[in-house]
Amino acid sequence: MSGSLARTDRLRALALLSPAYLWLMAAVFLPLSAMAFFSFLSDVPFGGRDWQFTLDNYRAFLETPTYATLLWKSVKLGLIVTALSVLIGFPCAYVLAKVVRGRSREALFLLVILPFWSNSLVRIFSWAIVLRGNGILGSTVDAILPWDVRLNLMFSPTAIVIGLVHSYLPYVILTSYLALQAIDDSLIEAARSLGARRRTILRRLILPLAAPGIIAGAVLIFVPVVGSFMEPRILGGRRGTYYGTVIEDQFVAVFNWPLGAALSFILLAVVLGILALASPAIRRATL
Amino acid sequence: MAVVRTEGLVKTYGATRALDDITLTFPDGGFFGLLGPSGSGKTTLLRAIAGFVIPDSGRVFIDDAPVENVPVEAREIGMVFQNYALFPNMTVAGNVGFGLEVRKVPAAERKRRVAEVLDLVQLGELGDRKPHELSGGQRQRVAMARAIVTRPRVLLLDEPLSALDKSLRVEMQIELKRIQREVGITTIFVTHDQEEALTLSDQIGILRDGRLVRHGPPREVYDNPRDPFTAQFLGEANLFSGTPEPGGLRLADGTLIPGAPTATIAVRAEDLRITLDEPAAPIRLRARLRQRIFAGAMGTCVLDWRGNPLKAIGRDQDFAGLPAQGDVWLSWDSADMIPLSEG
Repeated sequence: MSGSLARTDRLRALALLSPAYLWLMAAVFLPLSAMAFFSFLSDVPFGGRDWQFTLDNYRAFLETPTYATLLWKSVKLGLIVTALSVLIGFPCAYVLAKVVRGRSREALFLLVILPFWSNSLVRIFSWAIVLRGNGILGSTVDAILPWDVRLNLMFSPTAIVIGLVHSYLPYVILTSYLALQAIDDSLIEAARSLGARRRTILRRLILPLAAPGIIAGAVLIFVPVVGSFMEPRILGGRRGTYYGTVIEDQFVAVFNWPLGAALSFILLAVVLGILALASPAIRRATL
Repeated sequence: MAVVRTEGLVKTYGATRALDDITLTFPDGGFFGLLGPSGSGKTTLLRAIAGFVIPDSGRVFIDDAPVENVPVEAREIGMVFQNYALFPNMTVAGNVGFGLEVRKVPAAERKRRVAEVLDLVQLGELGDRKPHELSGGQRQRVAMARAIVTRPRVLLLDEPLSALDKSLRVEMQIELKRIQREVGITTIFVTHDQEEALTLSDQIGILRDGRLVRHGPPREVYDNPRDPFTAQFLGEANLFSGTPEPGGLRLADGTLIPGAPTATIAVRAEDLRITLDEPAAPIRLRARLRQRIFAGAMGTCVLDWRGNPLKAIGRDQDFAGLPAQGDVWLSWDSADMIPLSEG
């Protein structure tokens, strides 16, 4: 296409594209290359410190098994949160796209995107109020059930998962919703006229056709959750040490930016590796 | 194969009656065309037979068994949708075999029957293609093959040819008729194209505002439409109303039409003659020619008679001597007058 564009069209395309690409350059590429540079230094190159090039930061990851353990813990967290979000979000998207119509759909949609409009810290701390022992959830369950219930989810992996699923659920709902919307109702009617029951229609028609949306949502969730640090820190307390919190510590508490940068790039490589490994399956599902 | 019967079907959407007391029998093995303008309820009727529309009252019978408690997937119908609704994630063979797969037909038999029906619709070679790689006519054939491979009791076609261009449509009409004859399934077919309905059907039913206006064999309905709506909907008919007198029908302008059988009569556009000089025929009218439309072999004249638009259709050379506009004489034979009831 671009090869056949006339000169003036090409100039116009360049003019239209350049703001976005300049911004992406400035906002993504420059900081990322600075970080890549830092990750090969022995100390931060400012504040009058001595520094030289080194591979120690990457070696530290290999020599300290804790990092790999934490990375695996974070990947597991990512898988659990992604799986739960898809399991909860897809049915929700299905109802929004195929069952409810008109105004009630708008209202339900608003409820889905509401989390996007609130500050993430507020969101997490409100979960803290709900989840802590004697908190809203604990007291309610205690009041309803006749026996004595001591429900304290706060500072547990469960709390972290709840908080993360809540934060990221809208992504998978929105992407699945768009994919489901694109499925013509007459396809479902045609399958019914051929004798297919609900489960068959879901398995043979709806899931394959909505797969691109589900996968897009899953990737959008998995990537940030593996590197998440705020939810683990606030909702996980002392047990909330994950790969993401370790990276955050390097930058905020220990002030070892080079190590933090190196750990970040290892995370990036691992996430890209996982997505690359999954891509044949993804391609099969979306074709 | 089965007889389909509806009894007093009523369906309302808000204030509109989509189906208003439809009682109709669709004969076994027949090709029944449901015809009507958009919003006449023809698609609603088809969908009620399929089970997608639940009627407010009335019943649907397939082979004398009521089906109101039988869901779509258990009614053993075959349906072709207006947009074909082929499954984009499956191949042609996958689409056609879907109904057999659902019925747990063994793979070997499934393969044989899919090949057989693809041969019937002349798509034997294309089993491995995906729907998006097919042309409109091929998609139509796949949709047809998919609907008949399960040997349904009834085949329902919802404007199956409307997405095709004209020349392909005529070709597919012949195909459709051939396939239906070969399989012999009771077929109910919805269209707004009167020519299509007349070509394909053994029986037609004409709907208007949710009511069945008329039904019967196409020729009978065409030749004797009985009511003004059917007369104007099937073919181009010109209506004349007046006061009956012993000598004939006295029109509002005082013209006497001798031999007119009823207070309202219809004359088909192809039966109107236009001349510049006053004809000798006993039935003649003075009218004004407004426009001549050239459309290849056939031409249309748009006329005005005392504020009423009239239409005449004929071979272009029949209109050769006429001016583009001006006063002309209209005449017709008394045998061409169609008696109509008031409506």
